[in-house]
Amino acid sequence: MTTIENILMIDGVPVSFEPGQSVLEAALANGIFIPHLCWHPDFGAHGSCKLCIVIVNGRNGSACTIKAMPGQEVFSNTPELGERRRTLLQMLFVEGNHFCPGCEKSGDCKLQAHAYEEEMLNPHFNQFYPNRPLDGSHPDILLDLNRCIMCELCVRASRDVDGKSVFGLSGRGRASHIVVNSPSGKLADTNISVDDRAVHVCPVGAILVKRIGFAVPIGERTFDKAPISELGLDLGVAAPVEETTE
Amino acid sequence: MMSDQPMKTVVDQALERYGHKDTALVQILIAVQDELDWLSPDTMTQIARGLDIPRPRVEGVANFYSFFHTEPRGRYRVLFSDNIIDQMAGSRALYQRMLERFGCQPDKVSKGGLVSIGLTSCTGMADQGPAILVNGQAIPRLTPDLLDQVCQLISTLVPVGSWPAELFEIDTNIRRAEVLLALPVVPGDALKAAVNKGVQGFFAEMERSNLRGRGGAGFTTAVKWRAARNAPGDQKVIICNADEGEPGTFKDRVLLQSYAARVFEGMALAAFAVGAKQGFLYLRGEYRYLVPSLQASLDQLRAQGLLGTSILGVEGFDFDVEIFLGAGAYVCGEETALIESLEGKAGKPRIRPPFPVTHGYLGRPTAVNNVETLCKAVEIALRGGEIYRGTGTRQSTGTKLLSVSGDCARPGIYEYPFGVRVAQVLEDCGAEDPLAVVVGGASGVCLSDNEFRRRIAFEDVPTAGAFMVFGRQRDIVDVAVNFAHFFAHESCGFCTPCRVGTALVAANMDKINNGRGTRYEINELRDLRNVLATTSHCGLGQMSMVALGHMLEKFRPAFNRRLKSLEFEPGFDLDQALAISRRITGRDDEAAHLGAET
Repeated sequence: MTTIENILMIDGVPVSFEPGQSVLEAALANGIFIPHLCWHPDFGAHGSCKLCIVIVNGRNGSACTIKAMPGQEVFSNTPELGERRRTLLQMLFVEGNHFCPGCEKSGDCKLQAHAYEEEMLNPHFNQFYPNRPLDGSHPDILLDLNRCIMCELCVRASRDVDGKSVFGLSGRGRASHIVVNSPSGKLADTNISVDDRAVHVCPVGAILVKRIGFAVPIGERTFDKAPISELGLDLGVAAPVEETTE
Repeated sequence: MMSDQPMKTVVDQALERYGHKDTALVQILIAVQDELDWLSPDTMTQIARGLDIPRPRVEGVANFYSFFHTEPRGRYRVLFSDNIIDQMAGSRALYQRMLERFGCQPDKVSKGGLVSIGLTSCTGMADQGPAILVNGQAIPRLTPDLLDQVCQLISTLVPVGSWPAELFEIDTNIRRAEVLLALPVVPGDALKAAVNKGVQGFFAEMERSNLRGRGGAGFTTAVKWRAARNAPGDQKVIICNADEGEPGTFKDRVLLQSYAARVFEGMALAAFAVGAKQGFLYLRGEYRYLVPSLQASLDQLRAQGLLGTSILGVEGFDFDVEIFLGAGAYVCGEETALIESLEGKAGKPRIRPPFPVTHGYLGRPTAVNNVETLCKAVEIALRGGEIYRGTGTRQSTGTKLLSVSGDCARPGIYEYPFGVRVAQVLEDCGAEDPLAVVVGGASGVCLSDNEFRRRIAFEDVPTAGAFMVFGRQRDIVDVAVNFAHFFAHESCGFCTPCRVGTALVAANMDKINNGRGTRYEINELRDLRNVLATTSHCGLGQMSMVALGHMLEKFRPAFNRRLKSLEFEPGFDLDQALAISRRITGRDDEAAHLGAET
């Protein structure tokens, strides 16, 4: 009896995988970086940012949601997919209000890091300039939805790890936005605490811990040292990026 | 209508009615809003407490569906169907007339909280537009006189339930009937035939028929049912997808209005094949007026022993149907979004696989079928698969209902064998020398006059049923603008490309429409089309630029006429850019304008 080896091809490179892994997990475990924002090793596939778009056996799909199967032919690092990822990043930038130079998260922000990685030189599209509220009500935590990319990592972390369901996604389409679990709609009136996982999982600067914004100077931050395609490999599976920034 | 009861009583009653089940959240919100006119922050808190679920979930659902209001609304809530066909019938002028009559802004409450007026996506009345919804009840064939009557009824505070019944009369407009619409069916005969053949015998007929789903995707029904039957888990579910949201289609409305018993018998057949005991009819909120007649039909079928326990006396053949209402979300036509909605959540499509046939409603094996598909199953049970596949084409067997609307003499429902040529339909409906036909709705295809010999079939021009005719007097750019805004409004917002991309498409279309576009915008639309089609999470985003793309290719002169320049000149209007500053400063003098020389 012949056994089928658990090997798939990514950009022509044979990659072994464990049954049950997604294409993204298999790639990262084998040192191949596929860009991703809403996927996180502790919270699994969400499939919304679409940055991990790949072509598997001729079909488009998200690497985080497609199960690795023997013999799959996966394309990821191609000029065409790079172009699409760049466009998706530009979309994320123009739909919110992202002013990197003045953002506390600059240098630790995955959105920014991906934009550098994918050589996104400008936002390309007209800015939406949405009117999004800033919630500074909580003594320790700032919620700035101007930078939110709707990855729902805070929603998942608060629900699945903290057991609090402090956050939820509300609205539809362009009006989608994070809401918090209090009748007043203010973060201060929820039971969130600065130690919650949800506070530290945000890949961008939408949820910030107060008073530590510039404890690490610009120039010495996570992605100042190395691009996300290198760090993401080390940190992507074993230790998430946000923990190195504390 | 604003209830005199305190909010807590209203909420408690609704929770009671639905057994405090969080899966019924959408139904509970509908019931509460019926009484209170809108869902206030306190109301949402109360519901979250009553169901013991996090408040963000209630708020998330309330803000997702178009028909829920988290800001105050009037005692009378009027929504104008804003499909392009309604617009062509004069809906926008009537809308303006009503706004002026009550002196209010769109989606805002008039003085004294009397009325709020807004636009909504196609309400499924394209053959008898312009149409409106008043507190969820449909009024078709609106004229200026009728509108004045409606305004008068509102001004004099007559409850909608006491308005003249003829206002709410919906025509079926059946113009051409073949086997589905013309075959006399005695309720129960199809079920008896299936039971007599046995499950495997009935499957054999279904397989022979090669029936494919009528919701648009064309998946083979027998394969879907068998997969659900074979899936592990003994609590299986049948869902009838009556969320007919594709602009320009209304055939399911007619089936539910005039052939309800057949739809439910089709569901019972599906339950027999799959081995399901639980059934849902997911009815789009726009068709709410059908609920009483559908309930009556269910009661009758139960009385006849065709629903309930031991159907037709067969031990263990238990199946019943519950009606669930949608609340204004096109995306819920996608089966996994529909299931999310049935579970009391925002209608956002799930990651597939797993597919509903193995992991559907509450993780149970679930077969989701279109209304028309279920009616076809009745036909197959009665007459057998061999006769069934005798009509239509090789890959598209049987007949198909088309919802014909737009510039033609006889809009309505037409039933044809698959394979009918577009030209034949145009001739039958009395469309003289049309400019274009959009088949399959906003996510369908746009055909120009040199393509009218093409056939309606899965292998040529597939369709869920919409057939919108546009005459020579129309400008295809108006259609494109309408479709672009439709998708931007209906995108669920889950994935980046659709949430942002549909908004960008709409913005580019507006720019072209306003005479400020150039070649650049045309190219932008082409690039966005590529990203939307290849990276979107579900069919909504993937298909959102198909018809638009056809229009750009086939009717380029119509777009070019609107362009500021055929070259790549910047389409930036300096003076226009100052408009906001002028408004803020309250200035409109000569010095506040730029570039008068252009």
